[in-house]
Amino acid sequence: MRIVVCVKYVPDATGDRHFAEDLTVDRDDVDGLLSELDEYAVEQALQIADEADDAEITVLTVGPEDAKDALRKALSMGADKAVHVEDDDLHGTDVMGTSLVLAKAIEKTGYDLVVCGMASTDGTMGVLPALLAERLGVPQVTLLSEVSVEDGVVKGRRDGDTASEQLEASLPAVVSVTDQSGEARYPSFKGIMAAKKKPVESLDLSDLEIEADEVGLEGAWTAVDAVVERPARTAGTIVKDEGEGGKQLAAFLAERKFI
Amino acid sequence: MAEVLVYVDHVDGAVRKPTLELLTLARRIGEPVAVALGSGAEATAGTLAEHGATRVLTAEAPEFADYLVVPKVDALQAAYEAVSPAAVLVPSSAEGKEIAARLAVRIGSGIVTDAVDLEAGEQGPVATQSVFAASFTTRSRVSKGTPVITVKPNSAPVEAAPAAGAVEALSVSFSAQATGTKVVSRVPRESTGRPELTEAAIVVSGGRGVGGAENFAVVEALADSLGAAVGASRAAVDAGWYPHSSQVGQTGKSVSPQLYIATGISGAIQHRAGMQTSKTIVAINKDAEAPIFDLVDYGVVGDLFEVVPQLTEEIKTRKG
Ligand SMILES: Cc1cc2nc3c(=O)[nH]c(=O)nc-3n(C[C@H](O)[C@H](O)[C@H](O)COP(=O)(O)OP(=O)(O)OC[C@H]3O[C@@H](n4cnc5c(N)ncnc54)[C@H](O)[C@@H]3O)c2cc1C
Ligand SMILES: Cc1cc2nc3c(=O)[nH]c(=O)nc-3n(C[C@H](O)[C@H](O)[C@H](O)COP(=O)(O)OP(=O)(O)OC[C@H]3O[C@@H](n4cnc5c(N)ncnc54)[C@H](O)[C@@H]3O)c2cc1C
Repeated sequence: MRIVVCVKYVPDATGDRHFAEDLTVDRDDVDGLLSELDEYAVEQALQIADEADDAEITVLTVGPEDAKDALRKALSMGADKAVHVEDDDLHGTDVMGTSLVLAKAIEKTGYDLVVCGMASTDGTMGVLPALLAERLGVPQVTLLSEVSVEDGVVKGRRDGDTASEQLEASLPAVVSVTDQSGEARYPSFKGIMAAKKKPVESLDLSDLEIEADEVGLEGAWTAVDAVVERPARTAGTIVKDEGEGGKQLAAFLAERKFI
Repeated sequence: MAEVLVYVDHVDGAVRKPTLELLTLARRIGEPVAVALGSGAEATAGTLAEHGATRVLTAEAPEFADYLVVPKVDALQAAYEAVSPAAVLVPSSAEGKEIAARLAVRIGSGIVTDAVDLEAGEQGPVATQSVFAASFTTRSRVSKGTPVITVKPNSAPVEAAPAAGAVEALSVSFSAQATGTKVVSRVPRESTGRPELTEAAIVVSGGRGVGGAENFAVVEALADSLGAAVGASRAAVDAGWYPHSSQVGQTGKSVSPQLYIATGISGAIQHRAGMQTSKTIVAINKDAEAPIFDLVDYGVVGDLFEVVPQLTEEIKTRKG
């Protein structure tokens, strides 16, 4: 079974994230890392591979040079090889473009199962896996809190807004997993050393037969016209409870007409 | 005036509040045409008409319930082709976003997700997004194709605006992909009797500081005194004290109520991502240094087991 895990390199959410002058995310100023939610995808891929007789895991990212760090992390967790799509013309690509590039790279790599995270920690759109399924023409089995693959069938549980559903689809398929799917393992020292020797293939747009004007800021299907930093909140009232804290808070709530 | 498709989120004919908010926004950019699918679709028409839908396109077929997402995409695409709308609006639920995204690929359009406001602009509808855990506000638009925009709950008022709301049957032919992902079983979520988390005007949340499942009774009592929904941090959910469906944050629900009360929650960035747009924020935490206090309009540094019951009593007294 050929498993491709899509992983995104994102600015650290605990850092001071901001935008560059062209209103794209400033990726130089903040440390990047493997999106924490994609660690869950790598973990589930590893577990699915463990249960299979013969499985190979490729981790795939679309991103700048530094995005190799995300691939290394996934390789050190146990993935077998990596594919990095990198091209200057990709700067500013939106979700339609990203999904196009990923779909072509997945087709080129060959796959039976694609595993994604539930959302990136920067764009947080949560739609890329569905877009991949649409573009690849295979079933989407998304937002799973439990997943397994047996005899060419992927099964999983999707906990939705109003119901919890058991889903089933035949491979090939695109899966996305939530952070409820199971803690991701830490890379071992051995894993980190082994990762250094694992192959990382680099692809550019021409390798994928994508024209520059289909992606990037120019080719984007969406435009960001303005970015404004949220004004700092005016400092609130903070009281120390000396026996009357609950009553004082009630008075505040009453003043704001919540009671 | 141009027509705007509004995808209807409903449960057996009961329209969920975010769809009514969408109708308010849709009227700013055109005439709303609602698309309601599945069991109870026709029963939505009355409510939709009261809130401005000029037409209600409906389709019922077992495929909508038996298979994941794609049959609904097929139907929305059929509606798109029948109406040629100026924009397509979909509620930002997990499923709504997936439906919208797949439709966007099919019709060659861009997509903006999680809008918190929407206005008419010279180059088409302009969406406001609140990004990076609500630390930035952006204004975006779709620049290719027919704008497909998903909108978060609580982004607009629900306004009555009676319109014809004529029901029309939508004819849908399902694609080859429609039956790809089978829904083998479905267990509906049990109602707590409290307001729906994402729609509630007041949310009271508990975190690791609550210390145990049974202690959540303290949080629930406060919520009930205010008619509020109950939320939880991921730490409380992971500990098994409260169901995951109540998690507030990046990987849980994002809420934007009039009042958010955080008890025993430190205020990690991933939690803030889901509640920072609340209008008034209150926290009770025994650690004066907890980052949540940077966000609050009112904070009490103290033990939640002292402060919360006293607050609940006082609310009951004041309400008589
Ligand atoms: C704050 C913000 C708001 C944005 N809003 C929009 C918008 O409204 N419309 C729009 O078209 N674009 C938008 N973008 C751009 C969009 O986020 C990127 O194009 C991105 O590559 C795809 O979306 P996502 O990161 O949100 O993916 P999600 O759909 O949230 O990611 C889900 C999964 O897809 C996989 N994945 C995503 N990106 C990659 C990648 N580059 N390489 C490998 N795997 C990947 C991962 O497995 C990930 O867990 C926004 C970006 C930011 C930072
Ligand atoms: C990828 C990713 C996604 C995540 N998604 C989410 C998410 O969606 N939602 C979310 O909440 N978290 C999320 N997290 C986890 C987040 O980083 C924090 O770990 C979590 O929010 C902490 O929960 P907490 O505030 O309840 O616990 P803690 O950080 O442990 O804080 C407990 C607080 O309770 C206070 N306290 C203790 N006892 C009392 C008492 N008796 N009275 C008053 N105060 C008391 C303490 O002072 C402390 O401030 C995510 C993390 C990652 C990496």
